[in-house]
Amino acid sequence: MYGKKVKLRALFILLVFITLVLSIFLILKSLEEEVVYFISPSEIKNLQEISDNKVRVGGLVKKGSILTSEENINFIITDLKNEIQVSFSGVVPNLFAEGKGVVAEGYLKDRNFLISKKILAKHDENYMPPEVKEALEKK
Amino acid sequence: MINQLGNYSLIFGFIISAILIILTLFSIKVKKTNLEKNIFYLISTQFFFVTFSFVILIYSFIVSDFSNEVVYNHSHTTKPLFYKIAGSWGNHEGSLLLWLLVLTLFILLFYLNSKKLSGNYKTITVLFQEIIICGFYLFIILTSNPFNFLYPTPNEGLGLNPILQDPALAIHPPILYLGYVGTSIIFSSSLSALITKNVNSTWALDIKKWILTSWIFLTIGILIGSIWAYYELGWGGFWFWDPVENVSLMPWLCLTALIHTISVLEKRSILKSWTLILSISTFSLSMSGTFLVRSGILNSVHTFANDPSRGLFILVFLFILLITSITIFFVFSEKENSSINKTYLLSKETAILFNNWFMMFFLSVVFIGTIYPIFLEAITNDKISIGPPFYNKILSPFLVPFLIFMSIGPNLRWIKSKLEKIDTKQIIIFAISVVASLSIIKISNANILFTLFLIFASIYLLLTTTVDLFKKNLKLPQKVSHLAFSIFILSILLNGIFAKEISYNMKVGDEVKFLDNIIKFKSLNSSNEKNYKKLIGEFELTNKQASQFFYPEIRVYNQPNIVTSEAYIKTGIFSDNFIVINLIKDDGYFNVRYQIKPFMIWIWISVSILALGGLISFYTKKYE
Repeated sequence: MYGKKVKLRALFILLVFITLVLSIFLILKSLEEEVVYFISPSEIKNLQEISDNKVRVGGLVKKGSILTSEENINFIITDLKNEIQVSFSGVVPNLFAEGKGVVAEGYLKDRNFLISKKILAKHDENYMPPEVKEALEKK
Repeated sequence: MINQLGNYSLIFGFIISAILIILTLFSIKVKKTNLEKNIFYLISTQFFFVTFSFVILIYSFIVSDFSNEVVYNHSHTTKPLFYKIAGSWGNHEGSLLLWLLVLTLFILLFYLNSKKLSGNYKTITVLFQEIIICGFYLFIILTSNPFNFLYPTPNEGLGLNPILQDPALAIHPPILYLGYVGTSIIFSSSLSALITKNVNSTWALDIKKWILTSWIFLTIGILIGSIWAYYELGWGGFWFWDPVENVSLMPWLCLTALIHTISVLEKRSILKSWTLILSISTFSLSMSGTFLVRSGILNSVHTFANDPSRGLFILVFLFILLITSITIFFVFSEKENSSINKTYLLSKETAILFNNWFMMFFLSVVFIGTIYPIFLEAITNDKISIGPPFYNKILSPFLVPFLIFMSIGPNLRWIKSKLEKIDTKQIIIFAISVVASLSIIKISNANILFTLFLIFASIYLLLTTTVDLFKKNLKLPQKVSHLAFSIFILSILLNGIFAKEISYNMKVGDEVKFLDNIIKFKSLNSSNEKNYKKLIGEFELTNKQASQFFYPEIRVYNQPNIVTSEAYIKTGIFSDNFIVINLIKDDGYFNVRYQIKPFMIWIWISVSILALGGLISFYTKKYE
């Protein structure tokens, strides 16, 4: 009924379409698994349950809270309402200091404790993580 | 005073671009060709004015003229001369002026280079290019003028972020921009070729030069940025899948697809529409890259000063350009006559189409990964980030077939290719790849089946391309670049598998054991430099055979008051040794990180060879 060319073209379009749907499905699927959420100490306090997924916690490093040992650096992240204890092992960025903004990535042990292996750096001395800014503005 | 000159020169340039738009429109309408000379004069004058503005900006930086707002915000009298000059394009306003300079330079070069081409095609290209230039002029004059006047004149400037005071980062923006802006010529000329019905082999041959030029600069630009991130940010990695990195990778992927497609158009006069779509997307991606970086929408560690109103302008401008180009595409595109150009399944054309499919897949992954967080935040207010695990997980499975196709594709012929008999050479290559990849996996203890496949595929490609190098029937640039790509993937894999690191908090005199080594923090010295104070740590790394010394630094800059770390890297052919130290707080502890990074230098070398492949094709015009 239809010419060979039409059939071929239809097949081609079908193939393109299937590939497209498949790749988008694949991308979204892996996105779901690999996404890291940003949360603030206050949000952690209100969590229904602690998930096993990686999170990023943003806030200020509480003044006088940094305690260094050979393997770990312990400090407290605060959003001025609630705070969370962080045990960190890894590389400290240059702009990490008491009273300054910080974003720590890691796993929650419970509502008061984060085990982190990565602190994110920003190369701007005036930088404040967005969640800190928001928390401070709400206040 | 001198500031004003720069400003006027900007405005003159803007007027010229407006005149050029009108003139070219007029010239197209009345089909007059004797306007060509005038167009050429105007383009040259415009280029002169932009250069003049740019020189004035550099001059203001050199003499530290703080009555200029940009100089005040980004410079300081104690800054070394080199960084005063580099600082002029290290900021938003200056970098846009650089964009503009390159835009006008490229249209001038294009005009000089395409004397043989038909008048209307040239004129319409100039028209589109001038529309882009005009948009950028408006953008600069309205939102980010580099010649804003400050009164009263401050005595001292605010200084440049020290992390930018680095030789690699001084040349990174200009080179990257040459690549970005080069795509504008591809965009303008594709639209023009479409309108004048010139999309054919001759056009392909002509525009190929521009595609290659942009691609080479973009490749080198990304490479330099990556090297900088490696030694300056102290993380020891070279690619973080950060949004700002991604926006430079997207046009690169598109351009790479275009390089392959354009040769199909050149040789076989097919895939016309697809080539045009790629040309339009490449430029749109370059533009949206600028938009995303400058608007501050992206939550990135690399974004420097930004302003939402600027973002809005670029967004609107981008939108207009996109709508225009899509309309032109649909109005003017011709039906391809497919009956003449019959293509068989097993042919070079199909192989190149495969390449394009992969490229588009990689592109969509990077695209979705980059913009998904923005959309999610806008819709649900959830803040998320997408990191390397996502990209590794989704890209690496597709790399295996991609690498295999890369080793097969170039050996196929145009139109129709026959399956050749498998000869002993191929069997040997296959066998060596299997053995080599198995033994690498064995040594590394990384018992992931998947890594095995990846290593196998890249070794297979490496061997095949090496053998191909000695064949005469293939073109050299392609062979060189494919070989470089296989080295690139292989070094990344080995780098990932064999990398080792330790981070530890140490006081002076402390020791730590790591693998077979003992790392000792021997001493700490300080000295004063022109605009910073530095602390130099002395570390001794001892193992059974010998001991090595490392001298990582911490720099405390005076203006702005920022602390940076300078990693101490011992680069070798097989691996890099890397020590970086950081202050924690004033309690005597230093955060020390020691890393062994295998085959690091091969990543840089292979990317350079990749770009070299592009360069060679300028000198081997007559192939096949």
